[in-house]
Amino acid sequence: MGRFYFLFLFLGLTTSFQAQEIEVCKSCEVKTIQVAVDRAENGDVIRIKSGVYKEHDITIIDKSLTIIGEGLPVIDAEMEGTAISIRAEKFSIEGLKIINVGRSHTNDFAGILISNSKNFEVKNNRLDQVFFGILLENSSDGIISGNKITSNAKNQATSGNGVHLWKAEKITVKNNEIIGLRDGIYLEFVNNSEILNNLCKDNLRYGLHFMFSDQDLYRGNIFENNGAGVAVMYSKFIDMQDNQFRKNWGSASYGLLLKEINDSELKNNIFEDNTIAISADNTNRINYIENDFKNNGYAIRIRGAVYDNIFERNNFLYNSFDVAYTGRLNENKFINNYWSGYSGYDLDKDGIGDVPFRPVTLFSYLVNKTPEAIVLLRSMFIDMLDFSEKVSPIFTPADLIDEQPQMKRIQW
Amino acid sequence: MLKILKYSFYDLSRSRWSYVYFFFYLLLGVVLLFLNNDLSNAVITLMNVIIILVPLIGTIFGVMYFYNSREFTELLLAQPVRRSSIFLGQYLGVAISLSASLILGLGLPFIIYGLFQSGAIWDFASLLISGVFLTFIFTAIAFNIALSNENKIKGFGLAILVWLFLAVVYDGLFLLSLVYFQDYPLDKFSLVASMLNPIDLSRILILLKLDISALLGYTGAVFKQFFGTGLGAFTSVFVLILWVVFPVWRIKRIASKKDF
Repeated sequence: MGRFYFLFLFLGLTTSFQAQEIEVCKSCEVKTIQVAVDRAENGDVIRIKSGVYKEHDITIIDKSLTIIGEGLPVIDAEMEGTAISIRAEKFSIEGLKIINVGRSHTNDFAGILISNSKNFEVKNNRLDQVFFGILLENSSDGIISGNKITSNAKNQATSGNGVHLWKAEKITVKNNEIIGLRDGIYLEFVNNSEILNNLCKDNLRYGLHFMFSDQDLYRGNIFENNGAGVAVMYSKFIDMQDNQFRKNWGSASYGLLLKEINDSELKNNIFEDNTIAISADNTNRINYIENDFKNNGYAIRIRGAVYDNIFERNNFLYNSFDVAYTGRLNENKFINNYWSGYSGYDLDKDGIGDVPFRPVTLFSYLVNKTPEAIVLLRSMFIDMLDFSEKVSPIFTPADLIDEQPQMKRIQW
Repeated sequence: MLKILKYSFYDLSRSRWSYVYFFFYLLLGVVLLFLNNDLSNAVITLMNVIIILVPLIGTIFGVMYFYNSREFTELLLAQPVRRSSIFLGQYLGVAISLSASLILGLGLPFIIYGLFQSGAIWDFASLLISGVFLTFIFTAIAFNIALSNENKIKGFGLAILVWLFLAVVYDGLFLLSLVYFQDYPLDKFSLVASMLNPIDLSRILILLKLDISALLGYTGAVFKQFFGTGLGAFTSVFVLILWVVFPVWRIKRIASKKDF
C-alpha cells in the first residue's frame, strides 16, 4: 500500500510540473521558431512541424529545451549567419534540416552553434550547404549523433568544418555522416571524448583532425577520399581502433598523419589504397598493433624524431613501399609482422621466417632523394639493386629489420 | 598478304615452340595462382615476368623464325607476290601466334581461378594488353635485325644485346642520370625517357593500374597531370602504337630494297 502511495505521489508531482509543449507550424498559433523559443520555459518541448522556416540567428539562452522536428522541417538561413545558437544546460535538438548557412571570412557561422553548454544532445539532424556544421565551444558532456552534414567545400579559406569542437570535455560524436566540408570532425583542446562509427568522406582537408587534444578515443570510423584521412597533431593518449582509411590520394595525402603525438595506440585499423598510409613525424611511444596495410603507395613513412614506436603483428600487403625511413633507428621496432614481400623460408615450421626481413629498400631511399625516380618502380634494374642492397646494406639503416617475420597473414 | 599470314600462322601453330611457349605460360599462371592464393599478388609477379620475358621471347623467336624460313622466303620471292606482303605476312604470323600463346596461356588459369568475379580483372587486362604490344614491338625489332644481318650469329647476338639494353641497361642509365642531375627539374625528362623505351612504357601502363597511389605521391605538376588523369594511359598506348608502327614500316622499307 505504501508503495502505491509513493507511485500516486510521484505521478501527481510529474503532472503538476509537466513540461509545456509548444507546436510550431505555418497554421499554428506560433509560426516561427524564435517566437516559440522566447515563449518557452525551462523544460519545455518545442515541436516543429514540417515546412520551411526562413530564419537565422535563432538564439536560445539558459533554457533547457527539447526541440523536436517532425517530418524534417527545414530551417533556411538564407546564407545569412548562424541558424541556431545555444547557450544552455540540458537540452536536445532532433530531426531538423538546416540549410544555407552564411559564409564569412571573419565569423564562424554554423548550422548549430553551442557555446558554454552542458548535458546536451544533437541527434538525427540533416545539415546541408553549411559553412560550419555543428560548432561547439567551451562545453562538456554532450552527444552528437546520427547527423548527416554535407556541403560543397571548394577551397580551405571559404569553407568550415563539419563538427568543430573547441575546448570541450566528454563529448561523444557518433554515427554521423560528414561529406564535402573542410575538416570532417575537428577537435582542438578536447579531452576525454569519443568519436565513434562516423563516416567522413570527400572532405577537403582532413576527415578527422586532432589538435592539442588528449585522452580521446576514435573507433569504427571510415575515412574515405579526404585530403588526408586523419591528422593527429600535438596530442597525447589517443586510442585509435577499428577505423578504415581508404583512398586518400594525392601528393600530400595521408591515411593518417601523426605529428607530435605521444603515448598512443593504433589497433585493428585497415589502411587501403592511400598514397601514404601513415606518416609519422615527431611521435613517441606509439604502438601499432594488428593493423592491415593494403595496396598503399607507402605503408609507413617515418620522418625525423620518432622514438620508441613499436610495429607488431601488422599485415603489410602489396604496398609499393612498405616502409620509408629518414634518420636513425631510434629504438623503433618492427617485430612479428607479416610482409607480403618476404621471400625467406621457415625450416623449423614455427610460423616465423628464419631470415630477418628488411622493410626499407634501396629504391625507397633513392626515391626519397630523387622523387622522379618513382617512374622506375618495379623495373628489373631496380629489383636487382634492391636485391644487392638486401644482401649487404649500405644506404638503408642496417639494423632496421623484422627479426621475426610471420610466414602467414596474421588473423586478428 | 593474308594468305602468307595464314600460312605462317598455321606453320607456327604446328610448331613445337609455340606449344612450349603456351605451356610455359599455362604452367606459370597455374603455379602462381595456386601457390599464392591471391590474385593481386599474382598479377604483380606476372608483371615482372611479362616485361622481361615477353620481349626476350619475342626477339629470339622472331630472329629464329626469320632465319629458319629463309629458304621458303626466297622461294616466295620468286613468285609474283609483293615483297611487303611476304614479310609483313610472316611478321604478323609470328606476332599473332606468340600473342595467342600468351593470352591463352595466362588467360586460361586466371579464368578458371575466377578472374571475372574479381576486381583484378582490369589489372589483368592491362597486363595482357602490354604483353601483346611488347610481342608486336619486339618481333618487329627482331625482323629488323634479321633483315639487316645476313650472319645468323651476328643477328642473334644483336637481338639479345638489344633486349638486354632495353630491359636492364637502359633503366640503369636512366637512374644514373636522374641521380646525377637531381638538382634540375626532371619530371619532363623522366617521362620522355620512359617513353623512349617500350619496356618502360608498358611497365608504366601497368603501374597506372597497380601502383597509382605511389605514383601520385610525387608532387610535380607534370606528373600529377600525367598520372592523375587519363592522359597517362592514353599517351602510353599511343606511343606504344608508334613503337609498333615504326619498326613495321622499317621492315617494309628494308624488304623492298634488299637484295636477296
